[in-house]
Amino acid sequence: MRKSWLFLMTILLACILAACSSEEGSSDGNTENGSAGGPQEIFVRVNDDPDFLDPHKATASISFQMILNMFEGLMAPETDGSLKEAIAESYEISDDGLVYTFKIRQGVKFHDGSDLTIDDVKYTFDRLMGTNGGEKMKNNFDNVVSAEAVDATTFKFTLAEPNSNFLYSLTALTSAIIPASNDGKHNENPIGTGPFAFEKYAPGMNLIVKKNKDYWREGLPYLDKVTFVFQSDDQAAIMSLLANEVDVTAVPWQRVNEVTDNYNTSHQNNNSSLVVTFNETKAPFDNVKVRQAIAMAVNKDDIIDSVFSGYAVKLGSNMSPAMGDFHDPSLVDKYPFDVEKAKALLAEAGYEDGFSTKITVSSHNGIYSNIAQIVVENLKAIGIDVEIEVVEWGIWLERVYFGRDYEMTAIDLTGRPSAYEVLNDYISTNDAENFFRFNNKEFDQVMEDVLQEIDPAKQVQYYHQAQAILAEQAAAVYIADYQIIWGSDKAVSGLKSYPFWFHDMSEVKMSQ
Amino acid sequence: MFYIFRRFILLIITVILVSIITFAVFQILPGDPVRTMLGTEADPTQIENLRSELGLDRPLYEQYTDWVKGIVTGELGNSIRFSMPVKELLLARLPVTISLAAITLLIVCLISLPLGMFAARRQNRLSDLTLSSATQIGMAIPSFWLGMMLILYVGLNVEFFKISGYIPWSTSIAGALSTLILPALTIAIPQIAVNFRYVRTAILEQVRMDYVRTIRSKGIVERVVMYKHVLKNAMIPILTVFGLITAEIVAGTIIVEQVFSLPGVGQLLITAINNRDFPLVQGIVMYITVAVVTINFVVDILYTVLDPRIRLR
Amino acid sequence: MNINRFSKNINLLIGTLIIGGFFVLMCISIFYTPHDVTAMNVPNKLLGPNGEHWFGTDEFGRDIFSRIMKGTQTAFSVGLLTVLIGVTFGVLIGGTAGYFGGWIDEIFMRVLDALMAFPGIILALMLVAIFGPGILNTAIALGIIAIPNIARIVRSGFVQHRDSEYILSAKLIGVKTYSIMFRHILPNISSQIVVAATVTFATAMLAEAALSYLGLGVQPPNPSWGRMLKDSQSYLVNAPWYTYAPGAAITLMVLGLYMLSNALRDFLDPRSKA
Repeated sequence: MRKSWLFLMTILLACILAACSSEEGSSDGNTENGSAGGPQEIFVRVNDDPDFLDPHKATASISFQMILNMFEGLMAPETDGSLKEAIAESYEISDDGLVYTFKIRQGVKFHDGSDLTIDDVKYTFDRLMGTNGGEKMKNNFDNVVSAEAVDATTFKFTLAEPNSNFLYSLTALTSAIIPASNDGKHNENPIGTGPFAFEKYAPGMNLIVKKNKDYWREGLPYLDKVTFVFQSDDQAAIMSLLANEVDVTAVPWQRVNEVTDNYNTSHQNNNSSLVVTFNETKAPFDNVKVRQAIAMAVNKDDIIDSVFSGYAVKLGSNMSPAMGDFHDPSLVDKYPFDVEKAKALLAEAGYEDGFSTKITVSSHNGIYSNIAQIVVENLKAIGIDVEIEVVEWGIWLERVYFGRDYEMTAIDLTGRPSAYEVLNDYISTNDAENFFRFNNKEFDQVMEDVLQEIDPAKQVQYYHQAQAILAEQAAAVYIADYQIIWGSDKAVSGLKSYPFWFHDMSEVKMSQ
Repeated sequence: MFYIFRRFILLIITVILVSIITFAVFQILPGDPVRTMLGTEADPTQIENLRSELGLDRPLYEQYTDWVKGIVTGELGNSIRFSMPVKELLLARLPVTISLAAITLLIVCLISLPLGMFAARRQNRLSDLTLSSATQIGMAIPSFWLGMMLILYVGLNVEFFKISGYIPWSTSIAGALSTLILPALTIAIPQIAVNFRYVRTAILEQVRMDYVRTIRSKGIVERVVMYKHVLKNAMIPILTVFGLITAEIVAGTIIVEQVFSLPGVGQLLITAINNRDFPLVQGIVMYITVAVVTINFVVDILYTVLDPRIRLR
Repeated sequence: MNINRFSKNINLLIGTLIIGGFFVLMCISIFYTPHDVTAMNVPNKLLGPNGEHWFGTDEFGRDIFSRIMKGTQTAFSVGLLTVLIGVTFGVLIGGTAGYFGGWIDEIFMRVLDALMAFPGIILALMLVAIFGPGILNTAIALGIIAIPNIARIVRSGFVQHRDSEYILSAKLIGVKTYSIMFRHILPNISSQIVVAATVTFATAMLAEAALSYLGLGVQPPNPSWGRMLKDSQSYLVNAPWYTYAPGAAITLMVLGLYMLSNALRDFLDPRSKA
């Protein structure tokens, strides 16, 4: 009884000591934040953990944002959406478009110091296609009849049917070249040929990569170490930038003006298309006039202005201006905001009194429920009564995306470097991801034809035609491609932006 | 001894029940771990591969019995989201949350004990009333908002504080404190109000006792009376509230770790639930319940040590 | 004036003023708000407080004051529904456990222990995932979380009273069990229940805000203070008035409830009577 007070304090002290000592011994100072550490060291904020470090298993765009610094494919995507050679030094395509022959670059080393050989290339594609007894890992190579080494420096693919998009399956996004010697350990200890080598992954905290001294592109990279810091709260992230705890982060649109004075900002067209879409097998959304009416009733400018503070580019179809020539700019004003016309179209479709429906959106980012609120107000004006249902991301995926049990939803369709994939994925009936169940024979035919077409100029024509069909059919309300505003420390230079999620650190420098 | 034994059995039953409740909730929880993890870019082949690789194609009750078997051998299984042992994930994050909770508790004690005594001595004077009202405001502020405000007005203005991430004690003690004090304060502020009230009441109760009057009549200095005699005896009722407060602190870490991007157990739990990572959720929930129940258990034992009368009940 | 009396009254006075004020605001908001709470006017977004918009406008150009007003409806609905669910089941479970004792008590108490060891926000998160968000579902989730605490209070009250002489004599003259439980014992502990209910109401407000922070909770277009507070985080620096309005509303409401509960507790607790 006499010692109760003392006793309590002792317990407290013991707790604190236990907390201190349990950390001892496991130190390597990896979380020492702040850019003042080493001269060529950078801290980049990323929203979430990677799903996998194994580049063949990873699917989330958040993962590739980081791991593309460690891996390379035969080809590499460029900032303008085109491709250039990477592990392949050169390539040839046969006239019938069926045989692809690659010359493998010599002198490329993996991060463990071993040379990249033709066997590793073979191993990579065997692993992906499941040809060596393993499970098939990707569907992209279903069209491949054979993938084999011709000699020590030549690799050849033979396709069953021509596919003008095939080269896009050969980037690190789909088929990173990984060493056969590392089999079974690709996720725990990933090894690639990229400018940075894996150093440490601390779940929920960070992913650290270090300079690949043997990198085949002379003089690159400049940085010694890159730490990708995981931080889910966008508002906390910008504060971290202001407190100099990270050097690069995406800045919430609403807060751009807080960083413009003391930080560099760059605007990247995300190449995603933000859509409000419908389950098109369900009435009344199977009626094209209803979809067109909704497309006209939704005020895209209000959405861009209020949800994205103006940092978004209006779309007319499922292609962003970020894709250069592939984008058809004439479609942007296909459905100008016009309540009267929308009402008239709705009446033509037989819904002069409107109808009731539900929009189901995910809670993982506030933008979706904010867009839903505007849609509700806009559609009220033409007599459509919309109820908002906000669900967790996991439930959205299960119910809307995979289950297709929904009426309306709002989501952004992730950007890809390939124009074919931008248009085909999520939309064409041959794609398993077609969750709005758009079904249009003409569109499917165009997407089939473009694969057979070898002439790039004609491909562009096909892609324009496909966009026109999507717009005419109002496959979705194509709203905008929102920009990512990168805020970075003034000392950081050499950041590049791609038409997909990638923090390319290979040419980044820190000036003092 | 029998009392302690009985309490121990109850502890185990509670933990088992919590695990069953979590399991039952997961049975009806919509959402799929593999789909959530792979997101919209996954193709069906990948989803199927991963599902069979993780053994998720088996019925959930089978996964649960496997999990129970694992517990018996001391294994918590593998996390789905992070493809690594739950134990490893937990061990990496425990120091963060334990440190945060300990510092919070320390702040609560250091502020509420003297404040409570002060208020009790000035019962019903203006200073007592002001303190009582002021601490209540602390209880009424939503914690994430309080955290954001602390970041905005303190974190960004005082060089010392870090507003995100965690620096281990072994790297730098000052560094660890710089990452932990603001979040600890965020959790502590509402708890101070609770504890303050208890301390005040407990002291007031003691002051009315006859022994206090006797000591005072001996002419002993008031400070000695308060700290040496009154506080000591008041500690017993105050101690009970600590069990309660610790549970609140553990719960408080969940939201606050999110606001301050602290890689602790609470943040991991949110990730685990969002990803429907059943083994990870079970592992963490086990840890939290064991922690909360154990603290209550220890408090109970202390109680019997301090006040032998309890054992007779 | 006796300052002790005054201290109790100050809690009671301020608490009643705050909660009464919000209640009046709610009643008015049913019939009238200065502006339409959902109508958007994006060109007018993020205006500072002015004569037309007392608390300014939000990112859609909606009037924040009107939304705070309308938000009182959400606050009272969520709070009262939570209390209703918590108290109903808390009394049933706690009363049964306390009155009958024995193994029934043992089982109920263990389950309640388990539920209490579980962080409330986590249980709420999972329950909302099952039921879906929205006013009713949020209240159901928060109500379930409130049950253990109320049940414990009710149980100890029942344990205290079940062996008292008046209950024994009631039993002797053949009064039915449910009548003893709910007509004779329950009124004796109603004051403790009222205190617990007030605290539950306050906790529900804070829990709704926490759920909103995690993206769940009450969903638009129903204006909810928690959701407004979460949305305003993006404008902390550019439009600080936006965050202070819902922040102050929640804090005031919770403060008022705590003050009321303290006043009630002091009033009922014989120990603090000098």
